[in-house]
Amino acid sequence: MSAATNGASPLLEVRGLRMHFPINEGLIARRHLGDVKAVDGVDLTIQHGETMGLVGESGCGKTTMGRCILRLERPTAGEILYNGVDIASLDRKSLMSLRRRIQVIFQDPYSSLNPRMKVGSILSEPMRVHGIEADATRRAARVRELLSLCGLNPNFADRYPHEMSGGQRQRVGIARALALEPEFIVCDEAVSALDVSIQAQIINLLEDLRDKLNLTYLFIAHDLSVVRHLCQRVAVMYLGRVVELASCDELFDNPLHPYTRALLAAVPVPDPTVEAGRKFQPLIGEVPSPINPPPGCVFHPRCPIAVSECTQIRPELRELRPNHWVACGVVA
Amino acid sequence: MPLLEVRNLNTEFRTGAGVVRAVDGISYTVEPGETVAIVGESGSGKSVGALSLLRLIPNPPGQITAGEVIFAGRDLLQLTEEEMREIRGSEIGMVFQEPMTSLNPVLTIGRQITETLEQHHHADRAECDRRANELLGLVGIADAGRRLKQYPHQLSGGMRQRIMIAIALACGPKLIIADEPTTALDVTIQAQILELMQRLTQQLGVALIIITHNLGVVARYADRVNVMYAGRIVESGTAEAIYHDPHHPYTIALLRSVPRLDRPRQARLDPIEGQPPDLTRLGAGCSFRPRCRFAIDICATSRPPLEPAGAPGQASACFRRNDLGTSEGRAA
Repeated sequence: MSAATNGASPLLEVRGLRMHFPINEGLIARRHLGDVKAVDGVDLTIQHGETMGLVGESGCGKTTMGRCILRLERPTAGEILYNGVDIASLDRKSLMSLRRRIQVIFQDPYSSLNPRMKVGSILSEPMRVHGIEADATRRAARVRELLSLCGLNPNFADRYPHEMSGGQRQRVGIARALALEPEFIVCDEAVSALDVSIQAQIINLLEDLRDKLNLTYLFIAHDLSVVRHLCQRVAVMYLGRVVELASCDELFDNPLHPYTRALLAAVPVPDPTVEAGRKFQPLIGEVPSPINPPPGCVFHPRCPIAVSECTQIRPELRELRPNHWVACGVVA
Repeated sequence: MPLLEVRNLNTEFRTGAGVVRAVDGISYTVEPGETVAIVGESGSGKSVGALSLLRLIPNPPGQITAGEVIFAGRDLLQLTEEEMREIRGSEIGMVFQEPMTSLNPVLTIGRQITETLEQHHHADRAECDRRANELLGLVGIADAGRRLKQYPHQLSGGMRQRIMIAIALACGPKLIIADEPTTALDVTIQAQILELMQRLTQQLGVALIIITHNLGVVARYADRVNVMYAGRIVESGTAEAIYHDPHHPYTIALLRSVPRLDRPRQARLDPIEGQPPDLTRLGAGCSFRPRCRFAIDICATSRPPLEPAGAPGQASACFRRNDLGTSEGRAA
C-alpha cells in the first residue's frame, strides 16, 4: 500500500510523479548538463470534496506539482489518475474535456488577468473556448451570476482590471475558474499577494464556494497559518519530495519530520506572550540546489537529528501514526 | 531623551489623480537601542514614512510638506543635502526589502561594503578590508575572503540580505531602518535574518525601526508598535498592549482577521469588510469609518486625534477608544 492510498476511489491519485527540467548548454552542439529535479517521486491522493494543502518553501516543487496536475507540464515520469484516467499521457483533444473539470486560481491578480479585456470578456472566454452557453445573452447572464457568486457587483462586467483593487481582481480570477463549473481547482498561492484584511475575505469566499459547489481544492501555499485554517490534509514538500503528510490538525499539533518542526517553529505567531514563551532555534543553512540534491535524505545537511545512515539511504514515507506519513529514518 | 523624535510628519505625492497624502501628520519616538515596529497594509504610508526620515522621497512627485525629524538633537529636515549624506549610511543604516535590487549588480560585495567605510570614515584600503572581513563574520557569512570577491547574483536571497545588514552596520550606526527586510524571503530564512538582526541590535545597542505587514514578526521582535492606516498612526503602544488590549477598531479587526498557526481551525475568519481607502479622496472624517463596525455620527465629520487609551504609553485615534477594550480584543 502506498502512502497516498486512503479510502475508496479518490478523485485524484498521483503516483511516482517526476518532473525534471533539462539544463542544456550551447546552441548548435547541445550538451545536456543535468536536470533540475523539481518534483522527484511524489505520491498523493485527493478525495472528492477534500481540500489538500501543499506547503513548502520556494523551489520545493509545489507549484510544479500543480502545473503537472493541470497538465501545463508533461511529467517526466509517473501517473496522474483523475477519476481513474491517467492524464499524464493524454493527447490534446482529450485534455480539452479534462480542462473543463480542472481549473486554476493564480497568485497574482495583476498579471493573471488580461489588462485589455473587460471583466465580462475575461469571464465569458472560457465558455466560448469550450463551446458552452453558445448564446451571447445567456453567456452575459452567466457572467453576472458568476460575479455575484464571488461577491462582486454584476455591473463589474463592464470594467477593466485596472479599475479594480487587488482583492476585487482576485475575485474575478476565482469567478473565471468557476465559469466552466469545474469539480477540482488548483489554488496556487491564491491569497498570498493580498493584504491581511482582504486575504480573510478571499479565504472565506473560497470556503463558501467549496461548500456551495462541492469543490475539491489543491491549495498550494507557503503561508502555513492559512493552510491550517483552510485544509483538511496537508503535504509538506522539501526539494521535490513529500516529507510529511497528515490531517491538518495532526500535522500542526504533532509534527514529526524535523523539517516540518523547523518550518512551524520559524513562523512567528501574532501574540507577544506566546512568542515570549517559545524556544526557537532557526534552521541552519539554506535549501540545496535541486540540480544536484544531496544523496540519501535530501534534508540531512540541515537536519538537527541526522545520523550517518541519512547520508546514504533515501527514506520512504512510512505511516508512523494512523494516517500520518513521514519520510524520515530517524523519528519513530 | 529619545534617539529619534518624529513630529507631525507630512509627505505628499502629486499624481495625475490628485494629491496623495501618503503620510498625514505622524508623530512617534524611538529610544536608544529600542525596536519599534511600524505595521500596516499596502498604501498605509509605512514605507513612505520611513523613507521620509532619510529624505529619500523622489521629488517630484513626492514632497515632505511639514514636520520635524529630530535625530540626536538635530532636525534632519533642515540639514543641507551634503550634511544629510553624512548621516545616511553612517549614523542611520537602511535595510531594504529586495536585496537583489538594492545591491549594485556590477560591484563586488567587498566593494559595496568598503564604499560606505571610505565615504564616511575615510579609512584606508587595508583598514576597510579588515573591517569588511569582520562584518561578514558578524552577520554569519563563512569564508569571508571568497565572498567579498563575489557579485550579488552569486549569492542566495538570504545571503544578500545578510550583506545588506553588514553594509547597514558598517559605520556603527545608532539607528537602522529595515523596510520589510524579510518579505521576499522564505520562512526559515526569514527566521534566520530576524534572529540575526535582533541579536546584533541588542549586542551593539543599535535602535531598530522595522516596517512590516506581518503581525507575527511584530509580536516576536518589537518592543513598541505603531499601527498605520491611510497615512496616519491609528494606534501605538507596547507590543503587549496592542495585541492583548487594542483600543482602535482597525487594530482589533486586523488581529481578528488573521488565521493562526497555533490554534485549531475556527469556524470562520472575521475579515475587515470593504476595500482600503482611495488616498486621493479622503473625506473630512476618520478614514477607517466606512469599514468600521463601531462608527458613530461624529466619525463622518471630524478626525479623531491620537490620544491616550488603555495601558500607560498606549494611544488610539478613535472617538470611541474608551468604549473599546479587552473584550473586543480578546475575541481575536
